[in-house]
Amino acid sequence: MSGETSSSLASPAAVAVPFKPPVVRRGLSAIVINHPTFVVGLAILTVVFVLALTADILYPGDPMDMVGPPLLWPFQDMEYPLGTDSLGRDVAAGLVYGARVSLIIGFSAASIGLLIGTLVGAIGGFFGGLIDNALARLTELFQTVPTFLLVIVIVAIGEPSLPVMALAIGIASWPTIARLVRAQFRSLRQQDFVMAARSLGYSNTRIIFMEILPNALPPVVVTASVMVAGAILTETGLSFLNMGDPNLVSWGSMIGGGREMLRTAWYLTALPGIATALTVLALNLIGDGLNEIFNPRMRQR
Amino acid sequence: MTAPASSAPARSEPHAGNRLLDVRDLCVAFPGHLAVRGISFHIDRGETLALVGESGCGKSATSLAVMRLLPPGARIAGAVTFDGIDLVQANERTLRDLRGKRMGLILQEPMTSLNPVLTIGDQIAENLMRHEKLTRAQARARTVELLDLVRIPDPARRYDDYPHNMSGGMRQRVMIAMAVACNPQLLIADEPTTALDVTLQSEVLELLDSLRRQLDMALLLITHDLGVVAQWADRVAVMYAGNIVEKAGAHALFENPAHPYSRGLMGSTLRLEGGGHYTSQRLTEIPGTVASALHEPGCNFAPRCALATADCRIAPPPLRPFEGRQVACPVVTQPSKEADRVAAGR
Repeated sequence: MSGETSSSLASPAAVAVPFKPPVVRRGLSAIVINHPTFVVGLAILTVVFVLALTADILYPGDPMDMVGPPLLWPFQDMEYPLGTDSLGRDVAAGLVYGARVSLIIGFSAASIGLLIGTLVGAIGGFFGGLIDNALARLTELFQTVPTFLLVIVIVAIGEPSLPVMALAIGIASWPTIARLVRAQFRSLRQQDFVMAARSLGYSNTRIIFMEILPNALPPVVVTASVMVAGAILTETGLSFLNMGDPNLVSWGSMIGGGREMLRTAWYLTALPGIATALTVLALNLIGDGLNEIFNPRMRQR
Repeated sequence: MTAPASSAPARSEPHAGNRLLDVRDLCVAFPGHLAVRGISFHIDRGETLALVGESGCGKSATSLAVMRLLPPGARIAGAVTFDGIDLVQANERTLRDLRGKRMGLILQEPMTSLNPVLTIGDQIAENLMRHEKLTRAQARARTVELLDLVRIPDPARRYDDYPHNMSGGMRQRVMIAMAVACNPQLLIADEPTTALDVTLQSEVLELLDSLRRQLDMALLLITHDLGVVAQWADRVAVMYAGNIVEKAGAHALFENPAHPYSRGLMGSTLRLEGGGHYTSQRLTEIPGTVASALHEPGCNFAPRCALATADCRIAPPPLRPFEGRQVACPVVTQPSKEADRVAAGR
């Protein structure tokens, strides 16, 4: 065995093989090649986005209007490619308008949660002491209440409109981010580069947002994309329970409406269900991909 | 004090206008631990003072106290005056304007002292935009100059590199570029070469020294490496367990260390001319550890000192002028056999 190795090392053929430096790709092509799942996730989400944006053009008029005979199966009548529900409403139109609701809720709720959570976590983790104690107790207080219950209570107190739902989901979901950001800040604030930043005369605000936050971001980005997915699911759940905005078609309300005909017309629940699952999956794939891409230490691999 | 009074020369007498940093009776206390116990030293403009001592003797605490960068639990007492500004009383805003602009700090560990997610160029440029109010383009141009000044090859291209693209020596150069970006009057280098390969150490120190001369900075060099001191410092303050035990010119200290601790330090380095190698010749060591000094009422070094007398253990000895330097040891500075022996050995 050892003789074999030494002979192969000594053989001139091995020496003659020219050294080929590995091709280091940069920019977009590197992302496409190195992170295929990210690209798939982005593609799905882009399709959902485009459909949501062009809903008015694709299906002018109210998606709640009765347009055809009830309970048409998909592909039965090509004018309604995904069929109609028990009231003769176009399922495809509902899905497209529902995408709009889901995305608006998902992104605005996650932004609200992200904003509150990042601020609370960063301030608590960076300063420590009494402030941190108070903020950590506040975070725990919010975490003890089940998320979905809190959302239902807030929506029940307010009105079932998009802004209220987004705010409710945001308020219910920030503790996750706060705890994550706090943990990151607690370990990062002791790093030498923070001391170096201090020695250059930077203010606390500058150190928090310009020096530490970018370092704390990768796990936050991943969690944020999962938060968008969670917000979409929560909204779907609310609408399923008829607690959503009654004037808007949403995937949740479509599933809820189709539930009674699960055995005769299962496509009424399956289609919005598939739409929800695909969107949530896409967001999770994007989260993972972003984590890999944003982390400069992994960029070269 | 038998040593001729004339041997207390003018070098310890500062020119009043030339004094940059004046530290008097500085104490630094961490919760449950007194790290620095009333030390006084000064640095004139453009000179290099080395603060020498073993780990845990309060060197770094001193440097952080001067920058007022100690962690929140630490308290300081005494007076620190930087170019006429009282740093102990100064508010946070004044301090922030001083740090990075008029005093720079270089940390020991180049691998972790740079922000890993920002390009090195942006990190230097940020400092320039903050203190010199440069625009982004101006700061970029100046940063490239600075990278060139610290001898980073191909600086314009290196601007957009991340710290992980660079070696330890390069990163320490970047740290130096950051610290000197705004032409500070005082540069504090806290063990700048400890984490570097031996081959890089002299390069980095040579760079610091040439920058000191080019930019007319004063340098506070904190180190435990006596070789560094001998070559690059003008004056040396030897610290032991939170006290300064000897202040002397670098050459004087090396030719003839006075304090027993300084002698011990010199004794525990290998000397080339002796032909010594640790395999053939045992290095002298200082018996005991610093920990044994912590609750000593008298001289901190007494438990480890071969010359200690009963008097040494009663009260801490003050620094006294002796042979053109200042030494905190009554035994050595006494008109006694021991002092004669030292004088004869010179």
